[in-house]
Amino acid sequence: MKIAVCIKQVPGTTEVQINPETGTLMREGVEGIINPFDLYALEEGIRLKEKYGGTVTVLSMGPPQVESAIREAISYGADEGVMISDRSFAGSDTLATAGTLAAALRILGPFDVILMGRQAIDGDTGQVGPETAEHLGIPHVTEVKMIEGVEGNRITLRRMLEHGYLRLKAPLPILLTVVKEINTPRPASFKGKLRARQVPVKILSGKDLDLAPKIVGLSGSPTRVIRVFTPPKPTGGKVFTGEPKEAVQSLLRALKEAGIPMNCKNGS
Amino acid sequence: MVEWEEKHQLLIETAREFNAKEAKRFLEIMDKENRFPPELPAKLSQYGLLGLKFPEQYGGAEMDSLGAALVIEELAKVSPAIADFLVSIHASTGVILHFGTEEQKATYLPPVAEGKRIPAYALTESEAGSDLAGIRTKAIKEGEGYRVTGSKLFITLGGVADFAVVLAITNPEAEKKHRGMSLLIVEGFQKGKEEDLMGLRGLAVSELSFQDLPVPGKNLVGKENEGFIHIMQSLDGGRIEVAALSVGLAQGALDEAIRYAKQRSQFGKPISSFQAIQFMIADMQTKIDAARQLTYYAARLRDAGKPHSREASEAKLFASDVAMECVSESLQIHGGYGYSKEYPIEHLFRDAKINQIFEGTNQIQRLVIARNLLERT
Repeated sequence: MKIAVCIKQVPGTTEVQINPETGTLMREGVEGIINPFDLYALEEGIRLKEKYGGTVTVLSMGPPQVESAIREAISYGADEGVMISDRSFAGSDTLATAGTLAAALRILGPFDVILMGRQAIDGDTGQVGPETAEHLGIPHVTEVKMIEGVEGNRITLRRMLEHGYLRLKAPLPILLTVVKEINTPRPASFKGKLRARQVPVKILSGKDLDLAPKIVGLSGSPTRVIRVFTPPKPTGGKVFTGEPKEAVQSLLRALKEAGIPMNCKNGS
Repeated sequence: MVEWEEKHQLLIETAREFNAKEAKRFLEIMDKENRFPPELPAKLSQYGLLGLKFPEQYGGAEMDSLGAALVIEELAKVSPAIADFLVSIHASTGVILHFGTEEQKATYLPPVAEGKRIPAYALTESEAGSDLAGIRTKAIKEGEGYRVTGSKLFITLGGVADFAVVLAITNPEAEKKHRGMSLLIVEGFQKGKEEDLMGLRGLAVSELSFQDLPVPGKNLVGKENEGFIHIMQSLDGGRIEVAALSVGLAQGALDEAIRYAKQRSQFGKPISSFQAIQFMIADMQTKIDAARQLTYYAARLRDAGKPHSREASEAKLFASDVAMECVSESLQIHGGYGYSKEYPIEHLFRDAKINQIFEGTNQIQRLVIARNLLERT
């Protein structure tokens, strides 16, 4: 089974500068981590490989520093890593990103299963998975919480719903986005870390992907971010201290004074 | 320290991650409940810290003695008991690795590296501690195999072991007792009561007993009647590892003392600002660094294939004494709070003592060192 896992490097902090011209995050120079949801996708990819054989290829698109994320993914157990990096990809929105990822997946593939996290914790769109599948012309299932198994050309899945799950069968090849309920990612092993330092990471540039300039990067991105900002923290408020009983009584008094109705049956 | 080789650096990082993410919950179960956590081997295996010295084909990393010492040191900073789990495994599998057949290696080593089976090293008996040649357990030849009868005491991991490497008398007629003993891989033994020990708790230290237990001939490790010799040949590795454990434990105790001294205020200042405390801290670190370098030196000699018996004994002797001193001083810095189970120094204090006793008492180490010097021509 040929498995691909697409990961994104996201800022490991909330202190990120925003480019005032494009409204996009300035990722360069900020310490990156692997998007936490992608770690579940990676773990599921490694488990599929352990169960059915094959290889796990990790792909990541971004500035040259994403190499560290790819190497980290190899330390968890991925077989090979591919970095999709080119100046012309800068400023990609989800549509341009998905188009670029799909082109890379076509070159490296065909893959039986492509895994991604449900969303990235920086952009929070959850769009890249489905869009990539559309570009590739393959089915996709989002919010997968369990892969029951693969038989022949069919995969049986559970997709998370608000109050339960949807069990479904789908044909391969397929793209899946996973939720954190799907597994518990393993730690990086010593041997994995050693391997991650040694294996070469392949680089795919704009030339390798042969995509028209108007569909990549900022020019291929119809999304315009108007403003990105950190919402102000709610201020004010009052903390009632002291013995619990006294504190509760002060709180009740304050609520009453503020004219907030209460449904207390007794005074305790 | 000059720069580490990449593999050693990564190994230290991996052990630190284990300490940060996993060690505390295992430590709770081991020290407080005196129970071996069944998930511990598999978790260590996930981090790649089990079977470090095994060849790749048996699930190992072909790590050298220095690498093993570094992992043990790192783990011992937080949990000397988890570090000793590795020391114990290295001892029992070490003789299989060095003297065993290919079949024994292929059968017994991979499941240990995967954390699926636990080995024990069964040498000590009630009447045979420092005087190992005084053992009574017998393996009587019967057809192609043996029948083993006897009992072993204070066997680390005995209560949870799936198999044990047992030292038994195979030739009671031997002129020299130590020329009539063999090492056997034994399964299906009886487990006696688990010890309620002062420190390094949760390692299922137990009595093992054998009643006419059949053991196939193919389970003989190394040569028949040379078991004692094989053990003597592999003692040095264990001593380096106990030295590393002691260095880690001592450093852990000092780190706790520093943390406490900075946060504890008396007379309106943190106690770390007092010279009395600063001198204690300086003395501790100086001794720890000396013990550490002695340990690394012994490990490097071993990895270079050079004689290292004396240095291994020196490292074990010095480092375990330093550990005992440091836990005592660290507890002193903690004052009354150090005497409470709330601070890690309490268990480190209890964990330290055994290092002066096992893997050859420090008195035995002095004999080794002195004889080594006196017998040199």
